[in-house]
Amino acid sequence: MLESEFMRLAFATGAVVGLLAPAVGFFLVQRNMSLVGDGVGHTAFAGVAAGYLLGVSPVLTALLAAVGGAVGLEWLRSRRQAAGDQALALLFYTGLALGVVLASSAGALNVNLFAFLFGSILTVTREDLVVVTVLGAAGLTTVALLYRALAGVVVDEEGARVAGVPVVALNVLVAGLAGLTIGLSMQIVGILLIAALMVLPVIASGRVAWSMRSSILLAMAIGLASVFAGLTIAYYGDLPPGGAIVLVAAGAFLVTSLVDAVRH
Amino acid sequence: MPLALELEDVSFSYRPGQPVLTDVDLAVEEGEFVAVAGPNGGGKTTLVRLALGLSRPGSGSVRLFGEPAHRFSRRAALGYVAQRAQIGGQGPVTVREVVAAGRLAQGGLLGPLRARDRAIVDAAIEDVGLSEHAREPLSELSGGQQQRAFIAKAFAGEPSLLVLDEPTAGVDAESQEALARLLDRLHRDRRVTTLYVSHEFGAVEGIVERLVLVRGGIVFDGPPATLPSEWHDPSHAHARE
Repeated sequence: MLESEFMRLAFATGAVVGLLAPAVGFFLVQRNMSLVGDGVGHTAFAGVAAGYLLGVSPVLTALLAAVGGAVGLEWLRSRRQAAGDQALALLFYTGLALGVVLASSAGALNVNLFAFLFGSILTVTREDLVVVTVLGAAGLTTVALLYRALAGVVVDEEGARVAGVPVVALNVLVAGLAGLTIGLSMQIVGILLIAALMVLPVIASGRVAWSMRSSILLAMAIGLASVFAGLTIAYYGDLPPGGAIVLVAAGAFLVTSLVDAVRH
Repeated sequence: MPLALELEDVSFSYRPGQPVLTDVDLAVEEGEFVAVAGPNGGGKTTLVRLALGLSRPGSGSVRLFGEPAHRFSRRAALGYVAQRAQIGGQGPVTVREVVAAGRLAQGGLLGPLRARDRAIVDAAIEDVGLSEHAREPLSELSGGQQQRAFIAKAFAGEPSLLVLDEPTAGVDAESQEALARLLDRLHRDRRVTTLYVSHEFGAVEGIVERLVLVRGGIVFDGPPATLPSEWHDPSHAHARE
């Protein structure tokens, strides 16, 4: 399997995605915002379609759309312009509708678009790997440096706000990182399923972890293992990698739930 | 004594013509332990938000340690314990992780806590009697122990003003009394100005120096022993109207 260059590229890119998605998703799940990734994913879909229409890299336009959508969502939430789920619904449906209209205008409602929606191990290039590695490492480094601050806001957002911690800026940062993660992950996992890789490993780890630190580290390990196992299954089964990866992550949730049930 | 908190002629409404608080005057000296009680919907939470500078009054002024509350420059000096139902993430978190979050404003946002900050966190955990539970998940502790963890978090920030908003909600009577004794001891040890906000004040009646009863405005302000008997249950604070 690894003698094929496209698989080596898929595994290398997948390793970054498998670590980054749960690391960022952790802070969304802890704040009851598990579905944010889905909404931002649909904005990324509009970004892909815009890329086709404008004749520029759909990866780049999707990345910009995802980060912009995520930050916009957090702005709506923080300014109380719309309740949490209303802001999400606005982003979700507008992104999807815009994506369909733009893709149709570009004549791109075809197989290439499906590769972005559900992931494809054939689409990752060496240039993509460089971009994913550099931006993914930047994302992980940001999470590592600001872990204590981000965790502190999760523990007690109002208390942090009262004490003068820049809560709004930290929330916008998490939203931006969510957009970045989705933009980087869509080729491997697909726009429609990337949110699952941000959420399922976190939910799975929460069943057996005993602290925030152990929870985020275990979630990253589950994310990495899900990507590697999912890519392998996709290769030998000729399946879309996104579906295989997410099903492995869902399987991890069943395993940790079983462990939790046995333990108690 | 310098004032920790001062509200002058403060009125506030969320909607025009429906005032939540009217003509509130309140001065709290540094080091005081004040209970703020009143019926649900009487304006206690609004008073807290105004006092902490989270909301701005429609008229009048609110000052913290002499500065306008909404522009208070030493916010790290403010400790806040919210209702237990409103705090805590969705996943596992240890007592130590909760208390360490209290050093965020002082310890900086980047990287791990420094040795001095870690020592302060350990001391705060010890002060509330949770040292042996420091590494345990919060969810495995009783409601009273969880509340003590969040009080330790507030004290880890070494506050000059501590505000506790309905700290005993959902906690049994025995834990409420234990919490009151703990707050009394911490207040005497550290002389932190403390506002204890609750719809009932039975647990702290014997330890606070002053009781403020809020119902759309301040309807009583004085030692708890001088509270008229018909107001002794603050949920009946409307009885005089």
